[in-house]
Amino acid sequence: MIEKIKDLSIGNVFALAFGATALSAVFLNLTNYEVPGGLIWALAFELFFGLGIYAYQNNSIIYCLKRIGEALVTLFVIATATFILLRVMPGGPFDADKALPPQIKANIEKKYGFDKPLSVQYINYIKGVVTLDFGESYKYIGRSVGDIISESFPASFTLGIYAFLLSFLIGVPLGLFAAARHNTFWDNFAMTVSISGVALPNFLFGALLILIFSIKLNILPPAMWETPAHYILPVITLGIRPAAFIARLTRSTVLDVIGSDFIRTAKAKGLSQGAVMYKHVLKNSLIPVLTYSGPLLAGILSGSFVIEMLFAVPGIGKHLIQGVTNRDYPLILGLTLLYSVLLVFSNLIVDLLYSFFDPRIRLA
Amino acid sequence: MSQLPNQTASKSLWADSVLRLKKNKGALVSFYFVSLVCLIAVFAEVLSPYPFHKQHIDHLLESSSSKFWLGTDSLGRDVFSRIIYGARMSMAIGIFTAIISMVIGTIYGGISGWVGGRVDSIMMRAVDILISIPSLVLLILVKVVFDSIAFFENPELRALTGMLLALSVVGWVTLARVVRGQVLQVKELTYIEAARALGSPSWKILFKHVFPNILGPIVVLLTFQIPSNILIESFLSFIGLGLQPPYSSWGVLASDGWRSMRSYPHLILYPSMALGFTMLAFNLFGDGLRDAFDPKLKGKS
Repeated sequence: MIEKIKDLSIGNVFALAFGATALSAVFLNLTNYEVPGGLIWALAFELFFGLGIYAYQNNSIIYCLKRIGEALVTLFVIATATFILLRVMPGGPFDADKALPPQIKANIEKKYGFDKPLSVQYINYIKGVVTLDFGESYKYIGRSVGDIISESFPASFTLGIYAFLLSFLIGVPLGLFAAARHNTFWDNFAMTVSISGVALPNFLFGALLILIFSIKLNILPPAMWETPAHYILPVITLGIRPAAFIARLTRSTVLDVIGSDFIRTAKAKGLSQGAVMYKHVLKNSLIPVLTYSGPLLAGILSGSFVIEMLFAVPGIGKHLIQGVTNRDYPLILGLTLLYSVLLVFSNLIVDLLYSFFDPRIRLA
Repeated sequence: MSQLPNQTASKSLWADSVLRLKKNKGALVSFYFVSLVCLIAVFAEVLSPYPFHKQHIDHLLESSSSKFWLGTDSLGRDVFSRIIYGARMSMAIGIFTAIISMVIGTIYGGISGWVGGRVDSIMMRAVDILISIPSLVLLILVKVVFDSIAFFENPELRALTGMLLALSVVGWVTLARVVRGQVLQVKELTYIEAARALGSPSWKILFKHVFPNILGPIVVLLTFQIPSNILIESFLSFIGLGLQPPYSSWGVLASDGWRSMRSYPHLILYPSMALGFTMLAFNLFGDGLRDAFDPKLKGKS
């Protein structure tokens, strides 16, 4: 990695710029709470062009296009399947309330296009998906799904990103620490701690944290999403399970790498323990951890709704749960597609990064 | 290799695995613990002092006493009894969904890997698409669909089947992938070729020769699937899309307890402990099992 930064290519300039922008966004977020929209666009721009240039230099543009094409097909299938799934369900979105007079019900159904045949509804729906217009929510009258998402996504996204960073900041050092002290008390201790982290459901862990830090000690706010102090408990709660998982993953890959021949060579040529650990072991064992980070990011972002509920974070999780119970079709469809897009593209980005960190891997 | 083969080398893989599992103290203790929880779940009626829905109106929200070992909840129901019945519900969901998804996943992955070619790529493309829907979102959607299709009149059975079906629909995908990979490896081996040369039909080879030889990884995945299913059940019950009171699962209990956590911490503490220790035991046992089946570690202790 260091060598790569030394011969500064334009791709690396983008990588550095991305890092700097991301850091300043985090800094602004933690000091002012507000992150200017321009910064987010800059991040997206740098990520897109950085990866694009890297893919170009690596001759993997065709691979990327193929993957994006596949992703679009997948998203189309998901959109169709969700549509069918929702229409198969007995009952409609306007049944739950007390019985409406038939004329009023007919008018409501006409407004939302329910009187048309299913095929027409489906075509309209796909048109909407293609133009990123998911229509109006059935329950939040007069508000479009796009509005609801753009209003509530930032909180979920912030929560998810911090939890993601936290899980790496805890997981990787803990795994290294345990592996370096393999089969000692500290190794067992660290692994017991991390397996306990996997064992307890995170909403119970969150409840425990609220009980200790908010109710008994009264030092952190138990709910809401206003200042950085409000971030602490939800982020820890969401990040603890992935952190435990990363710790175990790092430990096992580090142990694998330590046993390999090139480490013996490095030791034999007289490198210090620290240099061997940092230069040879750490870098080689981070690759599996990196592959895990794609599904992890998507999992954190989509799995956060119970945490959002527990800590009353105004994110998209609440809308998904309510949307499902209310049969709010446009909202459910919009959110399902959003989650799928996140998952598909975070996997693509990770695959590109994967070949960046390990040049032996050729994307084809 | 001039030395005589040592004793472990002559053991079969299974015997060796069992031996290694027995040496792993944590895994062994966990195995006993899990068995104990299973027994409690099976004999819930015998073991619990009261029925799970019995209300003791003059003993609301009491803490532990000799009459109510772990106290009572806001409707005067005995928490200890509810935890025992909760074990039944949670374990039933965890184990049955894992078995259902194992059966589906094994057959699907087996066919995909065995037939190969275009069938394989189509079947795997379907799996890829399922994997690219975040599992919790898919789970919630499928759960709501199954709940709205009433298979049974009995509300308890209905809630249970909805949960079972939803979890199985989501869970088989990973298994199918693993099984396919294993089948692809095994089907090139000579003993399969021999069976084929003897004229055995495909299904017979698959069930008699392929599946028994890939049982190790499947069993390991199964032990990890059970706790994750229990966890997902508690998660769904917690957000109000799972089982509903008066039926009792650990998730329902924890969700109940959370609402009155501030004044009555015992209501969340005991169900969480039951859930947490069971999860821990399953994970430790699964780890031990994985190490025991790992062919790279064969013959080592």
